[in-house]
Amino acid sequence: MIQIEYILIISAVMMFAGIFGFLTRRSTLAILLSIELMLNSADLNFAVFNRMLYPNGHEGYFFAIFAIAIAAAESAIAIAIMINIYRKIKGISVDKLEKMKW
Amino acid sequence: MDYSQFLCMTEELSLLSVIVILFLADLFVCGKEERGLACAADGTCAVSGCGCHFRTVFPVLLMLVHTVINLVPWCSACAAPAEAFGGMYQHTAMMTIMKSVLNVGVIVVFLMAAKWLNAPENRIKMGEFHTITLFTVLGMYFMISSGHFIMFFIGLELASIPMTALIAYDKKRMESAEAGAKFILLALFSSGLLLYGISLIYGACGTLYFDAIGRTIQPNLLSILGLVLFISGMGFKISLVPFHLWTADTYEGAPTVVTGFLSVISKGSAAFVLFTVLVKVFGSEAFMGAWSEGFFWIIIASITIANLFAIRQKNLKRFMAFSAISQAGYLVLGIMGGTSQGMTALVFYLLVYMAANLGAFAVLHVVEQNSGKIGMDDYDGLYQTNPKLAFLMTLCLFSLAGIPPFAGFFSKFFVFMAAFKAGFHLLVFIALVNTVISLYYYLMIVKAMYIKPNDNPIATFKSDCGTRAALAICTAGVILLGLVSCVYNYIDSFAYGL
Repeated sequence: MIQIEYILIISAVMMFAGIFGFLTRRSTLAILLSIELMLNSADLNFAVFNRMLYPNGHEGYFFAIFAIAIAAAESAIAIAIMINIYRKIKGISVDKLEKMKW
Repeated sequence: MDYSQFLCMTEELSLLSVIVILFLADLFVCGKEERGLACAADGTCAVSGCGCHFRTVFPVLLMLVHTVINLVPWCSACAAPAEAFGGMYQHTAMMTIMKSVLNVGVIVVFLMAAKWLNAPENRIKMGEFHTITLFTVLGMYFMISSGHFIMFFIGLELASIPMTALIAYDKKRMESAEAGAKFILLALFSSGLLLYGISLIYGACGTLYFDAIGRTIQPNLLSILGLVLFISGMGFKISLVPFHLWTADTYEGAPTVVTGFLSVISKGSAAFVLFTVLVKVFGSEAFMGAWSEGFFWIIIASITIANLFAIRQKNLKRFMAFSAISQAGYLVLGIMGGTSQGMTALVFYLLVYMAANLGAFAVLHVVEQNSGKIGMDDYDGLYQTNPKLAFLMTLCLFSLAGIPPFAGFFSKFFVFMAAFKAGFHLLVFIALVNTVISLYYYLMIVKAMYIKPNDNPIATFKSDCGTRAALAICTAGVILLGLVSCVYNYIDSFAYGL
C-alpha cells in the first residue's frame, strides 16, 4: 500500500502550485484553474485521512463530495461573470480589470 | 429517520417558506409593466405615488412576519437549546437573537432598495434581488447554527456564492462585473485555504463535530496549521487586514444597496461564527493563547491600517469600505478571551453598527440615485440643499465614531470593557487611540456637508418612502439602542448560549 506521507506530499504540492498559479497567472480562467487545484488538494486530504487513518467512518469522503459540488457551483458563477466581462471589454485578463484601484 | 427533528430548525424553515412564497409571487404576480408592455418608448415607467409598490412592499412584510414569529417565544420548548441530526445543527436562544439582528438588517436593505429596484432597468430582475438576498441570509443561518464542519462550510458557501451574483447585479455596468470577479476569485481562494485547514484538523482529530474536536484536539503542528489556515479563510470573509485587499474594490463596484448589505450583514454573521467556532473547537488553554496572540496583531493592523487608508479616500463608497474594515477590527475585539461578556458585546456592537452603517449607506444611496454623485467633494454644501439628510448622515457618522450620546459610544464601550476584563490592556489602549483617528475622518464628511462652501451643491430632492422608512429605523436604532439599556441586558440574559 502507498504510504500516507506520499499522498500528503502530493496534496501539499498541489495546494502550493494552486497558490502560486493564483498569484502569477494573468488570465482569470487560469486563476480559476489554480483555485480548483487548491480545492482538489483539500479533497484529496480528506479522502486520504479517511481511508488511511480513520477507516471506521465516512465523514471525510462526504466532506470531499460536498466540497466538489460547491466548487462546481462556484466555478459556474465565476465563469458567468467572466463571460459578462468578456462581452464588455473583449478580454478576461486581470490586467484589464483595473478600473478601480487603491 | 426521525423527521420531527426538522421542527428544531424553525428559523430556517420559515425563511425558506418566505423564499418560496416570494419566488412564486415573482412568477405570477407580475404586472404589465414588468413585461415591458406599458413602458413608454423613452423608458419612463413612472412609479405611482412615491415608489411604494406591491412587489417591493410584499418582501418587507413577509420578512417582518418571519422576524416576529421567530423572536417571540411561543412556547418554553422553542427557546430551549436543541440539537438536530446528531448535533450537526444546533439551536440556542443566542443564535435566535443573532438571526433576528440579521433579519432587521435585511428589512432595512429591502426598504432602501425599493426605489432602485423600481427603475426601468432593474424591474425585470427585481424578484431575483429579493430571492438571492434571502438565500445568502439562509446560508448565514445555517452557518450560525452549525455544529459540524460540513454544515459550516455549506452555510458559508451558500452565503458567499449568491453574494457574487448580487455584487454583479448591475449587468450593464463594468464596475459591477469587475467587483464581482474580484470578489468571487478571492472568495474561492479563501475557501480553498479554509478547506485545507479543515482537512488538516480532520487529520488531527478524526472527526468534524465541533464538540468532539474540542474534546480531542491537541496542540501539535498539524492542528496549529489547521487553525492558522482556518483563521485566514475567515479573515477574508470578515475582511481583516492582511486579507482585506478585495474589500475596497468590491465595495466601490457593487450597487450601493449591496455594499451596505455586504458591509454589515455578511461581515457580522461571519464574525459571530468565528467566535463560536473558536470557542467550541479551539477553546482549550493551549489554543486560546495561540489564537489570542494572532488576533492581537490582526486587530491592531486592521484598525490602524484601515484608518490610515480611509483618510485619503475621495470616493465615499471606498471610504466606507475602509471604515468597515476598521469596524470589523472592533467587532473582532469582542472575540478576545472568548468570554460570555465578549459574546454579548459582539452581538450588541453588531446591532448598533448595523443601524449606523445602514443609515449612512441609505443616505449615500438616495443621493446617488437622485444625483449620481458619490465623491466626497460632491457632498460640499449638502446641508444647504438637503438639511434633513445631512443631519441624519451626521448622526450615523457620530455613532460610527463613538461619540457619547449615540449608541456607537456604548457599543464600543462594552467591547472595550470585555477585552479589558479578558486582560488585553495594550490592545484596548491602541483601539482607543484609533477611535480618535476615526473621529477625524468621519468628521471630514460632516465638515464637507456643513462648512465647506460650494457654488453648485447637489440639488434639493424628495426621497422616496422606502428610504425614509429605512432611515427612520436606522435613526431610531442610533439614538435609542444606547439609551434604552434593556436591549443590552436582554442580549446579556442569553449570553454564551453556544
